[in-house]
Amino acid sequence: MHLEEDTANLKHVRDATGETYSLMDVNRSGVALMEIVGEPDIRSPEEAGACLRELRAILRYIGVSSANMEEGAFRCDANVSLRPRGAQTYGAKVEVKNMNSFRSVVRALSYEIARQTEVLRSGGRIVQETRGWVEERGVTVSQRSKEAAHDYRYFPEPDLPPLFLDPTWVAEIRARLPELPGPKRTRFMAEYRLSAEEAATLTDSRALADFYEEAVRQGAGPRAAANWMLRDVLRLLNTSGTSIDGSKLTPGHLAGLIALLDDGRLSVRSAPEVLEEVFRTGASPEAVMQGRGLEQVSDSGALEAVVAQVLADGRNGRAIADYRAGKGAAMGFLVGAVMKQTRGTANPGLVKELLAQKLDAGG
Amino acid sequence: MADLTTLTAPEARRLLVRREISARELTRAVLDRLQAVEPDVRAFITLTADEALQQAGGADAALGTPGGDPQGTPLLTGIPVALKDLFCTRGVQTTSGSRILEGFVPPFDATVVARLRAAGAVFVGKTNMDEFAMGSSTESSGFGKTRNPWDLQRVPGGSSGGSAAAVAAGECLLALGTDTGGSIRQPASLCGIVGLKPTYGRVSRYGMIAFASSLDQAGPFSVGVEGSAMVLQAVAGLDPLDATSAPQAVPDYLAGLPGGIKGLRIGVPKEYFVPGTEPDVERLVRAAIAQLAALGAEVGEVSLPYTDYGLATYYIIAPAEVSSNLARYNGTKYGLAALDEPEMVRAMELTRQRGFGDETKRRIMLGTYALSSGYYDAYYLKAQKVRTLIKGDFDRAFERFDVLATPTSPTTAFRLGEKTQDPLAMYLSDVCTLPVNMAGLPGINVPCGFDGGGLPVGLQLIGRPFDEATLLRVAYTYEQSTDHHRRRPGREVMSQGPGVDGGVVPAGGAQETRR
Repeated sequence: MHLEEDTANLKHVRDATGETYSLMDVNRSGVALMEIVGEPDIRSPEEAGACLRELRAILRYIGVSSANMEEGAFRCDANVSLRPRGAQTYGAKVEVKNMNSFRSVVRALSYEIARQTEVLRSGGRIVQETRGWVEERGVTVSQRSKEAAHDYRYFPEPDLPPLFLDPTWVAEIRARLPELPGPKRTRFMAEYRLSAEEAATLTDSRALADFYEEAVRQGAGPRAAANWMLRDVLRLLNTSGTSIDGSKLTPGHLAGLIALLDDGRLSVRSAPEVLEEVFRTGASPEAVMQGRGLEQVSDSGALEAVVAQVLADGRNGRAIADYRAGKGAAMGFLVGAVMKQTRGTANPGLVKELLAQKLDAGG
Repeated sequence: MADLTTLTAPEARRLLVRREISARELTRAVLDRLQAVEPDVRAFITLTADEALQQAGGADAALGTPGGDPQGTPLLTGIPVALKDLFCTRGVQTTSGSRILEGFVPPFDATVVARLRAAGAVFVGKTNMDEFAMGSSTESSGFGKTRNPWDLQRVPGGSSGGSAAAVAAGECLLALGTDTGGSIRQPASLCGIVGLKPTYGRVSRYGMIAFASSLDQAGPFSVGVEGSAMVLQAVAGLDPLDATSAPQAVPDYLAGLPGGIKGLRIGVPKEYFVPGTEPDVERLVRAAIAQLAALGAEVGEVSLPYTDYGLATYYIIAPAEVSSNLARYNGTKYGLAALDEPEMVRAMELTRQRGFGDETKRRIMLGTYALSSGYYDAYYLKAQKVRTLIKGDFDRAFERFDVLATPTSPTTAFRLGEKTQDPLAMYLSDVCTLPVNMAGLPGINVPCGFDGGGLPVGLQLIGRPFDEATLLRVAYTYEQSTDHHRRRPGREVMSQGPGVDGGVVPAGGAQETRR
């Protein structure tokens, strides 16, 4: 690992007339930059992508960088060298640069592996060089070969004497480190019985994981909370383009919503509508439910009248006859009619029970 | 009142504190003197007379505050000081002796400049130097040659030749220079004054234009040892802006000057009387060592067997660092730029071609070669290993001795142009000083007499790391037992300078000292 200051960013542009030129963006000049060099032990483009994602998650967890690749806050140069089956050593190393997303990294490495394989298969030789990824064309092109490479004349910088880190200071920082993504994922799987994929998604950011755990702490069932988070909450975040910590939705809201469902006061059908308004306005689920008149009617007295009304309605005669003739499926139609009448607020289980009582009794 | 410009810094301090002279009188006297002798000596690249008089006014205000405590003012209050032109000075051109930096006006003060300012110093100007401090005669400067006040046909030494000549000629009372391989001690020797190179890390290098970062160190020039102690007191100590500056506590150097050298063990490295050492130099240095023994020191011979490799090793390491440090001068940030050339890379090449002098180009090439892949191990890496061995020589010597005594330079001041065509001969004038930089040790030059031609000869004392206090004490004790430091160049002619009542010296006074 080494630390330096960022210099500038070159942007290569082609204007309307086809003229190419380069722009220098010096806005990042002097910004602290950390370079991490890994061992040559990654075996596939997908593994490289996964490794970068994990690294990004760690950097975000510990708050050192936004690690946003598109903004250049997280950059990657990758070396590819092939080893023909049976060979003991790796072939010449080709460095690939200019990849601006995880997707480009995976694509560029796949391309480069295929290219080198092709060269070797056709009896060619791989030369050590630097190649640039051209996103639009999906190819790498040679930028600089070793023969033309600069002799950087590296030598130990006398103005930077050896840095001795105070062990107490290191221990202090270590103690301040948050739970990192890997251990958190494992814990989520064990503690909340989540699948690997669910745990991975929920721990993708520290804010999302914290939100989830706080909802559970406030009484939401881990399974229900995970389902709502992974489906509805993430969708709302994505479509509105907000981040979890920037949204009006609180873990308390989610726990409240799930409690309403658990208590039978809110139907699964109405819940998404309530969540959406809570998300939009920051009002409590209880208030939104009340305001929209979506509380489930579980009072059999109130429902009996509606049931009687539905059974008396001539348009339902056919279904009533079918039910009595033993066609159980007709019940669904009648329940639907009651639900429609109550604008979905009736407790469907109770409705079914009341309908059966009336029909069986009247038979 | 005699000529104020012959005062030493501590003498001036006493008169200022007693309000017997004002800082303005002193500064004006120095500026008049400067005006008179500068056409001959040419010690300065830039003069800052107006600023100096302003600072002197401030000093007088501080010294004369009614009910105030002049004794409590900072040590250098009102004392005229010259700065080698590689210390960045806010608002004042800083060239490092190179045309490539002509017109560069730093927006900040080097740490040493800021500390001198805080200590009350009055800055009279920026002194001439070998280009980027690379040289031993100040002849590689892009801004003309400085002459030795003892003989205007001779060099003042280098690279801090301007600072040394300015102090010797009375154009300032104190000066700051830098020493990478002898650039303070050698010109101090050739100009007959005191010059101290502190331990590497003792003084901050922040804002000091880099030559060789692992060797460069700033230090004072003065007439008399006490003045150098005053400057070191003001500038020494840790600087958070320089990672190579050291955290070691700074002792009270002035308080440590008296006390004598009874029982102090002084080693004489036999390898330092190199072939080519002038007989007068060897005679006077040996006499000085005998004098140290007479003053109570225990003198013995010691061997530093790797001395022979010092020069070769230095001329790999220093140029290697030069090739890196000087890469930044490409016309895009500072000073000279070949704006007539539209193509970028060509413009950078032209800037360097036009801006750098021959010696600088030579060293960039040497360093570039030594660091090239394929040669690194054979040259740079090996040189670093030898450097460790050279340091080991000193470590062993300091197990038996407290201080080492040697000639500072094998010769007295040589003639202008004498060695410019022979770089190797020029390099040899630092043969006694540069191992000290390689080992990061403190070294001081103290005048020890005059050769047959009346040219000053210098004694070099080398100390343990961060033991400048002992060096200063030995030098002071020796100095107090001689009167070499009382002899000033051409005083009988030049001392027609102004007294307290002012007056103007006719230009060309220094010419009278020519032989």
